Amino acid sequence: MSVAWTDEVKQIAGCKIHVSRAGTGRTVLVLHHDIGTPDRLPFYDALASKFDVIVPHHPGWGKSERPQWLRHPRDIAAMTAWLLSELGAKDVSVVGLGFGGWIAAEMASQSPQTFRRLVLVAPMGIKPPEGDIADQAIVSYIDYPQAGFHDQAAFETVFGGISIDQLEQWDICREMSFRTAWKPYMYSQTLPHLLGGVQTPSLVIWGDDDRIVPIGAGHAYTKALRNATMTTVAACGHFAEMEKPAEVAKLVTDFVNAG
Amino acid sequence: MHMMYFTEQPMSAYDAQAGLDYGATALNFSNSHYNPIEGSRLYNEYLEDYILAEEYGADGIMLNEHHNAPFCMQAKTNIFASILAATTKRVKIVILGNPLPLCDNPIRMAEELAMIDMISKGRLVPGFVRGGGQEQLASGVNPAFNRERFIEAHDLIQKIWSEPGPFRWEGTHYQHRVVNPWALPMQKPHPRIWVPGVLSKETIIWTAQQRYPYIALNTSIDHTKEIWKQYSDTAADCGYTAGPENFGYLIRVHVQDTEEKALANARQFMWMQGEFTGLAHPVWANPSGYFSPSGRRNFVQFATGRAKNPRGSPTFEQQVADTMIVAGTPSQVIEKLKYLVQHTRPGIMGIWANDGNVSKEDRQRCIKLLCGEVMPAIKEYGKTLGLNDPWEANAPVHLRYSTDLTTRKAAAE
Repeated sequence: MSVAWTDEVKQIAGCKIHVSRAGTGRTVLVLHHDIGTPDRLPFYDALASKFDVIVPHHPGWGKSERPQWLRHPRDIAAMTAWLLSELGAKDVSVVGLGFGGWIAAEMASQSPQTFRRLVLVAPMGIKPPEGDIADQAIVSYIDYPQAGFHDQAAFETVFGGISIDQLEQWDICREMSFRTAWKPYMYSQTLPHLLGGVQTPSLVIWGDDDRIVPIGAGHAYTKALRNATMTTVAACGHFAEMEKPAEVAKLVTDFVNAG
Repeated sequence: MHMMYFTEQPMSAYDAQAGLDYGATALNFSNSHYNPIEGSRLYNEYLEDYILAEEYGADGIMLNEHHNAPFCMQAKTNIFASILAATTKRVKIVILGNPLPLCDNPIRMAEELAMIDMISKGRLVPGFVRGGGQEQLASGVNPAFNRERFIEAHDLIQKIWSEPGPFRWEGTHYQHRVVNPWALPMQKPHPRIWVPGVLSKETIIWTAQQRYPYIALNTSIDHTKEIWKQYSDTAADCGYTAGPENFGYLIRVHVQDTEEKALANARQFMWMQGEFTGLAHPVWANPSGYFSPSGRRNFVQFATGRAKNPRGSPTFEQQVADTMIVAGTPSQVIEKLKYLVQHTRPGIMGIWANDGNVSKEDRQRCIKLLCGEVMPAIKEYGKTLGLNDPWEANAPVHLRYSTDLTTRKAAAE
């Protein structure tokens, strides 16, 4: 089934923010990874067949303009909340993917009752109790996304025949990751203390072979959030929604529809 | 013409095979291969070399710093500058340079440099650099703000040296509520600041806008001329005419009594496969945000193995043929350097004379011939070409101290 997506641009905090939207039903906001996002993904289509899905490009990533002053994922969280308000979105559920999961957690921590459901897929944002979040600064543009897949065939399916445009995009995404999450790298020292207020029912999803964010961070998130459960996806890496789109979409769909 | 002696201070006493096996000799190449006993020996030998260079007539000693790599032992250039301030009498101590973005406290940098200037009795040339990409990673400094930090740290140091304290600095990357360091440079209005570089057009333009000399680091003659043109065009926009006093050139040179021996030792310039900043993953040398966005498209292809190194990887023989490396007896070297000087017309010349595994005896023989015979001949030749250095030209230390600006800039404003 083909899904009709529409793209629009919203002016947020002085910057043009690109937003894709499709589907009807309950509103689901999807926040993409540190490596940006392809315009369309099977995961997005799967959600859009059930929900009203909003996929913005983070400020400075993809087609969204770079705010020179942007310094922290919390700034992106505030801009995204502003965006939702501009879009008039109500009773929103949020799906945060990796780095986008960190942004989602920041948003939830600042407004504990705002969201209907919170789904965090291998979110950055918390210092893993053991191990470290993989440092993309020291590996190539291709090696980093590759490391986020359990099965290299799945990487090829999503990114095969990597174009020069894609490499450039990854360099820009990496620069934005540095501009917003350089030190401490990819986590906040205060976020874990602020998650306890989040009343939104939350689901933490983790690939069982995540080589980017150690799974211990998932347990830490689940413990820190007041109302969270955790589930793992077998034979799956960090970019779970790209590697196992149907499976992750079903987990999200069931969770958002529940209750 | 100002002629300086330079060495990267190679930590040559490590297991080179280990670096080749690991595939890199920078950033993440383990410091378990570092031997402090040998490090101690080499530091002290390099110090002796510098003193010898002064004794035999060099005008300046050029210093630099790098991190996490065997190709350069100086992890903090101000340390050697401090030592030379006390152990030498005449030479200029030319730091090319302090990597400003690595510095979280530019006030401390200004204080250290002021102390060195006073202890050396006004012999300091405090150059500044952005620092290589790897230096940012080795120091945990955000590469994406490298240029912004460079300019802001520079502006703060300039203000410290130009205006009385106390004052307050509320910048983008640096905030200091009390700026009032008591150590101030002896040279007035402030020490001459030089800026070295290789690649970046933005740095050439910025340097010309300050009217600081730009030191091209072992660039080809053609590339050097392009740099001079870029600099001169910017200078004209700023209302002054750039001359040899604005231009410096660093070149690898090794001198011995026989050509054979000189060439054998000069091969040590290739001791890390000619990559003088060490073998490294391209993304270490150019982390995202460090590079000019205009180079992004070419760089990502190089970094993923789809394009060759834009700087090329010429063989030793090729570099000798292209005068990127000069080696021979004093008379041979003088002849080649005259050719280079004639075509690049610098007022400042850095001679990078010893690298890799050159024995102490050979290093010191090289220094004696270089500083005692080659440098005087080139300085004499430079005179005939009118190649004055910044002191000979009595050049202003910064654009703001110029007395010769045309009204072009004012008119444009």
